[in-house]
Amino acid sequence: MVVPEHVLDVSITKTYDDFELNVTFQFDGGLIALFGPSGSGKTTLVNALAGLIAPDSGVIRISDVTVFDSTAAINLPPEKRHLGYVFQDARLFPHMTVEKNLRFGIKQIPDDERHVKWTDILKIMDLGKLLSRWPHTLSGGEKQRVAIGRALLASPRLLLMDEPLSSLDIKRKAEIFPFIESLRDQLNVPIVYVTHTVPEILRLADQVIVLDQGKLAAMGPVDQVLNRLEIQTGFEPSVFEPISELGTILTANVESHDEQDQLTILDLSGERLYVPRLALNVGSTVRLRIRARDVALARHPPKDISVLNCIKVNVVDVTNKGASHTDVKLRSAAGHEFWSQITRRSQRELAIEPGAEIWALIKSVALESGL
Amino acid sequence: MMFAPTPLEQEALWLSLTVAFWAVVISLPFAVAVAWVLARLNFWGKILLDGLVHLPLVLPPVVVGYFLLVTLGRNGVIGRWLDQTFGFTFAFNWKGAALAAGVMGFPLFVRAIRLSIEAADPRLEAAARTLGANPLQVFWRITLPLMTPGLITGALLSFARALGEFGATITFVANIPGQTRTLPIAIYTILQSPGGDEALFRMALLATLLAIVALGASEYLARQVRKRLHGAS
Repeated sequence: MVVPEHVLDVSITKTYDDFELNVTFQFDGGLIALFGPSGSGKTTLVNALAGLIAPDSGVIRISDVTVFDSTAAINLPPEKRHLGYVFQDARLFPHMTVEKNLRFGIKQIPDDERHVKWTDILKIMDLGKLLSRWPHTLSGGEKQRVAIGRALLASPRLLLMDEPLSSLDIKRKAEIFPFIESLRDQLNVPIVYVTHTVPEILRLADQVIVLDQGKLAAMGPVDQVLNRLEIQTGFEPSVFEPISELGTILTANVESHDEQDQLTILDLSGERLYVPRLALNVGSTVRLRIRARDVALARHPPKDISVLNCIKVNVVDVTNKGASHTDVKLRSAAGHEFWSQITRRSQRELAIEPGAEIWALIKSVALESGL
Repeated sequence: MMFAPTPLEQEALWLSLTVAFWAVVISLPFAVAVAWVLARLNFWGKILLDGLVHLPLVLPPVVVGYFLLVTLGRNGVIGRWLDQTFGFTFAFNWKGAALAAGVMGFPLFVRAIRLSIEAADPRLEAAARTLGANPLQVFWRITLPLMTPGLITGALLSFARALGEFGATITFVANIPGQTRTLPIAIYTILQSPGGDEALFRMALLATLLAIVALGASEYLARQVRKRLHGAS
């Protein structure tokens, strides 16, 4: 099998009355999150990939197949693009049972292109018990599982998911997460995942594209992009409500477990972090988020305190944002940058200025993935 | 036996059923096509088409019959051509009666189907496209099944309208026993001759019974389809 140059190679524009989408990017597999506030063009972009709307100009290549090229007048209809599309509202066909819904796409493809097995999907998405049910009898989460299964059974070259969890409550969301993780990890289908919530990105994505008013605002590995977003001043914090609270995302390895105190020791390129015991194997990777307000600062190595995590850092920058608060950018010896939010009064009294060598006390660490 | 229909009544009843049946069958594909165009497409002249479709509803039936006569009658523009080319004519036979009934019921048929197409979610059709179905397959596997309730309602309305059709029919194809003398026209004929009170009552009763049976059947059918589409509710 020839390995395609890119799973997705996109460069398109689409203009509406009061909105212009103009993006260029490549994607090479895994799960990429398409992130941005509502109205940023996420769904427009995904619909253009799927062939449900035609861009004004540009090129879309999927696994080296040109599905749209304005100069060559190529615009393959959706049914010839071999993509799976999971919509926000599951869109199950109401006049068909779950089984007929699942089989809808299978019939449309030639035998030799069917690389997804019926039994695999039933197992991964746990659909066996639902087959004879009618869509209106399913819960929201079950509907989404059927919709995902249906899209996958058409053996897509790429799976598009447009906020598949946004219509579900937190409990149902938690039900679906493992299913999406297992299709990402077991089936090896490249996924473009539209979302406007950070936890979903942190849990599922390898890469992220940030769209803002139709433009590509940032793209890259999840931790890099999200950290930069939080620091960039060009972004209206209210637009990115979920991450408007300053914090830092870091990736660490599980170094060892302390069974006696039920703690796990994480290695952050040489720094050690203690967190409550995790059900993870030594050596596995975990993504964590340190909120700025959970980081306290001290001028001297503190003694006799309850905080376990204490790291020696340099002050990189100090910015006054609120009336009473100051955001302090810190850098550890290993080069990790993160933020602390303290009062202006503390900053003045402790004389925290760029260049100062101080101690950061991390009160708690939120683990965002790998759980 | 007092309740057994006479041969004349049987003839009128059978003719009415035949005419109404063919009126529905012939207009069905046109009604689906026009309803789909009106529900899903936007084009210049859409209001014109919409108005044209609704004309039989607002025009006096006699006028519709007159228009049919001058276009599709034996000396009509299209009628003459049909006669000379295919030896086929609508003039003064039951086919003409079916055509007149079909035209008169057309607006009701289109309206019912159009409503059900508008209620069928186009987003489901988009989903079917992404699953590999071409537009024709989408129509057969998604749109058509979703619009069956409207199809049944429309077919029944059109059938009932055809059973009652009088003005356009008598203008277009006159009153010929065994060919165009349907139940309403038979009733009218009896009215024309003195002393037919009992025959008139029997004929009127027959027409009423027929309407009730047709209504009941359609309600039952529509309920079955709705149950399949959306579950028992």
